Amino acid sequence: MLLEIGIALLKIIVVFALALLTVAYLTYIERKVIGHMQVRMGPMRVGPHGLLQPIADGLKLFMKEDIVPYEAYRFTFYFAPILTLVTALILFAVIPFDKHFAITRLNIGVMYILSIASVGVLGILLAGWASGSKYPILGGLRSAAQMLSYEIFLGFSIIGALMISGSLDLVKIVESQHVWNIVYQPVAFVIYIIAALGEINRVPFDLPEAETELVAGFHTEYSGMKFAYFFLAEYANMIIVCSMATILFLGGWRGPVLPGFVWFLIKLFALIYFFIWVRATFPRYRYDQFMKIGWKIMLPIVLANIVVTGVVMMMVQGG
Amino acid sequence: MDEIRGLVVTEEGLVEQDLMRDTLTKEMWVNMGPQHPSTHGVLRVVLALEGERIVDTEIYIGYLHRGFEKFAESKTYPQFLPITDRLDYISAHAMNYGYVLAVEKLMGIEVPLRAKYIRTLMAELTRISSHLLWLATHALDIGAMTVFLYCFREREMILDLFEMVCGARLTTSYFRIGGVANDLPDGFIEKCREFCNIFPQKAKDYDDLILKNRIWLARTINVANISGEEGLNLGLSGPSIRGSGVKWDIRVSEPYGVYDKVEWEMAVEDGCDVYARYLVRLKEMRESCKICQQCLDFLEKDDSGEFRAKVPKVIKPPEGEAYACVEAPKGELGFYIVSDGSTKPYRLKIRAPSFANLMSLPKMVEGALVADVIAAIGSIDVVLGEVDR
Amino acid sequence: MGENEKAPKKKLTKEEAIALAKARKAAKAAEAAKKEAEEPKVDLDSLPLVKAIKKEHAEAIEDIKFANNELTITVKKDYLLPLCRWLKSDPETAFDYLSEVIGVHYPKNEEKPLQVVYHLFSTQKNHRLRLKVNLAEDEEVESVYPVWRSANWYEREAYDMVGIKFANHPDLRRILLPEDWEGHPLRKEYPLQGPEGYREKWLRRHCRNTNAL
Repeated sequence: MLLEIGIALLKIIVVFALALLTVAYLTYIERKVIGHMQVRMGPMRVGPHGLLQPIADGLKLFMKEDIVPYEAYRFTFYFAPILTLVTALILFAVIPFDKHFAITRLNIGVMYILSIASVGVLGILLAGWASGSKYPILGGLRSAAQMLSYEIFLGFSIIGALMISGSLDLVKIVESQHVWNIVYQPVAFVIYIIAALGEINRVPFDLPEAETELVAGFHTEYSGMKFAYFFLAEYANMIIVCSMATILFLGGWRGPVLPGFVWFLIKLFALIYFFIWVRATFPRYRYDQFMKIGWKIMLPIVLANIVVTGVVMMMVQGG
Repeated sequence: MDEIRGLVVTEEGLVEQDLMRDTLTKEMWVNMGPQHPSTHGVLRVVLALEGERIVDTEIYIGYLHRGFEKFAESKTYPQFLPITDRLDYISAHAMNYGYVLAVEKLMGIEVPLRAKYIRTLMAELTRISSHLLWLATHALDIGAMTVFLYCFREREMILDLFEMVCGARLTTSYFRIGGVANDLPDGFIEKCREFCNIFPQKAKDYDDLILKNRIWLARTINVANISGEEGLNLGLSGPSIRGSGVKWDIRVSEPYGVYDKVEWEMAVEDGCDVYARYLVRLKEMRESCKICQQCLDFLEKDDSGEFRAKVPKVIKPPEGEAYACVEAPKGELGFYIVSDGSTKPYRLKIRAPSFANLMSLPKMVEGALVADVIAAIGSIDVVLGEVDR
Repeated sequence: MGENEKAPKKKLTKEEAIALAKARKAAKAAEAAKKEAEEPKVDLDSLPLVKAIKKEHAEAIEDIKFANNELTITVKKDYLLPLCRWLKSDPETAFDYLSEVIGVHYPKNEEKPLQVVYHLFSTQKNHRLRLKVNLAEDEEVESVYPVWRSANWYEREAYDMVGIKFANHPDLRRILLPEDWEGHPLRKEYPLQGPEGYREKWLRRHCRNTNAL
């Protein structure tokens, strides 16, 4: 009994430490990659090639004055970033990095991730509302509409993969992929990536925090550690959606020669690199155009995809 | 809020009534600026929003007012020249050009041909650099970050050229009444030629990133429309009005410098929207590059060394008035000078293109969304130093 | 400056220097007069614009001048708006663009110290015209906003800077200066650094923390 608890605790500590470290260094990777794409160097001053930059950033944010606007709702204003970060971090609990390496194995892992992730929206909405200021509320409203509708497409786009794998257990889904699901579900994969970009507010769908329109959107009034929480949550979410894509479509840890853990990370970072690349390339959609794409183009496609998948599966199994 | 009629269950049975009857809705007033990432300085636009749709726009300016026109009245003519740099501080040569033209017109000074070529070359380089900065910030406003840094890469080369000529990169003050401050330094022509040769290739990079990008098209086509007639009526000039199909370029209509001696094409588009204005400026950069090449051809052969006309030591224009205008990168830049025969202008009025262009912003964003305001401000390319003077 | 430096070199007495300067000035003036005489006088009536305006609106014209290749017409105050309407709509003049509206203060003209200058341009005909209206201190001039919408801000600026009042302007407020500013800075009597004690007054009115004083 004690041993089991001990192992569980150890797993939690390892995963969370790794997760937070990766999230911190993700900011560094992003700045470096985008920097080189934009014919500049990125951070270079703190440590060799700016390697200590995330730590310096963290220290700076930690020491900053904690400003609460006069008009803000104090409790909610403090609570919102915590809610956002916590929901982002507890998602790591079910991600299987290797066959035997997950904090816990749930038989409804997919459901868990979808439902917890949707709570994260609340944090952003509350942040926008509690700031008691106009740009944050616009950002908050945008994010509410955006994340709620994109969750639908996100959910629908993985149904095809779930149908093929026949399980909601993340480990089983990976194990069932003798051929990666992306081969059977290319359309769903593309839709998943687009919906994921919308879900985690990345360019070209970074409307809630569109800095050139809404200053900084929902976190305009946040500073110091509270701001850092949002920042960390955003990058944690990015890792989560990329992990999900890896597990659902790219065969998780499966791969020859190298250990599973390494394969998982390779696929994960390839996807993250893609997300960063998109950010360096694309302009931003307008709010109404973005919603139009979701409801008028993506929803019919994912629904058709589910129907086609079902029919084909019936024919293959029935025949 | 519009009325939404529907059936409601009441004590009298089903009654059709306005469902929004008891809902209190009112528009939200949002201050965009004076501190905002994409109002290009200290422009303050107050928007009345219904949701994200704009129902009313009001523009407040003057946050950067430095009283240049009053200032001019206490400075001699040459002393005021450096101050014109601070109008549109990203295209200082063009500002100098307008001012010296007005004074020269007042005094009847004929400028040597070499000086005219040098001035034209500088004015066109300035136009490229100003349009590059415009493209950079406009693209950044719409979210395309990489274009920003690509544009700055080339702008840096132009600023290096300016530094070679006069030692300053931004507020150059290179022009003088009657010519320019000094002749071109050794090696300048080669370096400038190098820039003109590689610029068209580099400009292809910007096209690759956004010219046919679906998101860029969605954000710019049919956004912030303004017809040519409305634009003229509201005082729109320069590339912004040429994006609405009006064939008016002061370099063609009232040629100054050597614009009647070089071959180039006026950029005109009929789209009337943000995208058309974007295309006009893209083409203008390439045409400017052509003009620069031709100026360099002349300057290479010419060995007269006459870079300044003989002007009196004390600039003292005769009594009278003059208005001279140039096609600055933003539009018609004019200087109206009233002289009372002394060494200081009696009255100097700056007709700043951005000030006039800004007037059409409310018309452009009528009924648009918040994001369109950003695109519209970017597309008319305002510089607040010039608006507020 | 230049002459002062030269003077001791040639060891001239002060009187001689002044005499020399005077002689130079006289020579210059004579030269200028000669130049003016030599210059071909432009026959104003031969200009197509003048012809057209004289034909239609002869009663509006107070004075016509042609200098520096620019045509200036001084207009009687009451005829300005009809003249502008006609200038814009007539296909021969077609002034579709208002470049600027300028207020100028001439305190020496005691009767009519204020002057409004309009710069017109036609993108179709490609010609320019300058209109002028002289005003007394308390007179108002009709706004040309109904003809060119761009007059809106130009006239606001003229009001803000010189204090010219435009009748029937839709929104005549200050534009570059704050709403509660006192005085019109581009008037000749307005001191360059602002009136005495203005900064203190301003700070007291607008800053919560008056320790800055």
